[in-house]
Amino acid sequence: MENYGPYDPTLDYAPGPATKEIAVESGKVQSWKPLHMSRRNFLRSVVCSGTVIAGSGYLFTTLAPSRADARSVERLVSLNVNGRTRRLDVPPNETLATTLRYRLGLTGTKIGCNQAECGACTVMANGATIYSCSTLTHRVRDKEIVTVEGIASDDGTLHPVQQAFMDEIAPQCGFCTPGQVVAAVALLNMNPNPTIEEARMGLSGNVCRCGAYDHYLRGTMKAAERL
Amino acid sequence: MTDVMHNFELYQPGTVADAQAILKDSDDPWIIAGGKDSLGWFKDRVKQPSEVVDIAGIEELQGIREEDDGGLWIGALTTLTEIGASDVIKNRFPALSTAADHVASPQIRNAGTIGGNVSQDTRCGYYRDGFPCYRAGGNTCYANTPTAMNREHALFEASRCVAVTPSDTAPALAALEATFVIQGDGDRRDVSADDFFIGPDIDITRMTSLERGDILLGIRIPGKWAGSNQYFEKVSDRNVWDFALVNIAMAASMDGGTVSDVSMVCGGVQCTPRHLSEVEDLMRGESPGSNLETLVKRVAASGAQPLNFNHFKVPMMRNLAARAVRSLAAG
Repeated sequence: MENYGPYDPTLDYAPGPATKEIAVESGKVQSWKPLHMSRRNFLRSVVCSGTVIAGSGYLFTTLAPSRADARSVERLVSLNVNGRTRRLDVPPNETLATTLRYRLGLTGTKIGCNQAECGACTVMANGATIYSCSTLTHRVRDKEIVTVEGIASDDGTLHPVQQAFMDEIAPQCGFCTPGQVVAAVALLNMNPNPTIEEARMGLSGNVCRCGAYDHYLRGTMKAAERL
Repeated sequence: MTDVMHNFELYQPGTVADAQAILKDSDDPWIIAGGKDSLGWFKDRVKQPSEVVDIAGIEELQGIREEDDGGLWIGALTTLTEIGASDVIKNRFPALSTAADHVASPQIRNAGTIGGNVSQDTRCGYYRDGFPCYRAGGNTCYANTPTAMNREHALFEASRCVAVTPSDTAPALAALEATFVIQGDGDRRDVSADDFFIGPDIDITRMTSLERGDILLGIRIPGKWAGSNQYFEKVSDRNVWDFALVNIAMAASMDGGTVSDVSMVCGGVQCTPRHLSEVEDLMRGESPGSNLETLVKRVAASGAQPLNFNHFKVPMMRNLAARAVRSLAAG
């Protein structure tokens, strides 16, 4: 009979062979090593295998066969991001958020819900805010993209919106902040003197899970004063 | 839960003729414009068309033009932001302007088009999640069962499927008696709003009369209701993103203190925008006031057949109709 004693945490990490001799039918004695699967290692393996499975789906999209029809789009595109033109190899089914984060390394743009419902991925295309998670990169080939990395000036001076958000302690966890910054900058570009209601409407496409909406709103109004 | 989209061939034609040629050759085409409805389907992996035709680059489908009769031509690719910001629409058809302003969120309005907004698919959660329901070609409705979550579903004219129209601009356009101009294979046809939106009794697998290979070119609004008294109101769980639980659009012309003609359409209560013809008949020749509001409330939702969880839509409909009447008294 196996003896299942109380849980012994040291057993999980016990190095070396934990051999145990069991008798098999032939009469020979075999060495048998129990599988030490700790909770931590189990979780680790589940997470890793999940990542590999999820990641491989993305990997194989780039290995897709080349165009069957010559009229369909070229994969090689020039993308104007933050004033610089970058040449990229982009499959037709890639979203702008993926391109920005994983091809260009512009990880300021966050992917929150990935279905146009949170605003963390907000970028500007020709001055208008869009959800980059729900925009095909090929759609915006001929547009000027501005991400949160392109908001501050080249010498590192923060945009008034960024400074005002800091002054108003708008970000708590900060995940929605890049989207809020881009939305507020786009709003003030269009309407430098918004009423508080217009500012609320302008930022209404961005969810903040910390609930710091009033801070972002005050920051936007303060930035409007300083512009 | 969203996923990476499937592989597809992407086409970006520059003219309607090119788009038609591609659609004709394709076995499994899917047209996207703003992509707000389509990419959701693709990311959920429920719909996986092998060929996607992105018509957003077609110049001739963009912009707003004034017509000779005081009406407007609105290209199908005009974004909802452009419609909400357009002064000529604000002056002539404020109901449409307000409706466009109430769609989803600013970012979605910047990308989403009027053509996409009227031809988007329904938001029934069971259907969108890939359940094999009637609308998806199966033989069950998962939303009309004793335990189903159906607070967003239909009150009227359910035929196996109980899904509702999700659009905000559709009731406004139906109230304004707009016609939809469709380019088919070879022919171009004008379809009235009443025929453009189709219910499950006509075809359960689609919401509009658009067939495979058809392209919606634009929407023509006649001058009939230009500058009339108009009203639009939407009720949804959140003010942003959410689709309407119930929305209402009204256009009315006044003669002295009485209503000479009126068109009232309610969205979110059946598969197509619902003309409240009993309310319209009641209002003609009457003067707005609390008496008329009481009468309107009585008939606004007559014939409603609520499901388990959507009874609340009945008083909501009545009150929205009454509020539309009240807007005439105020003006």
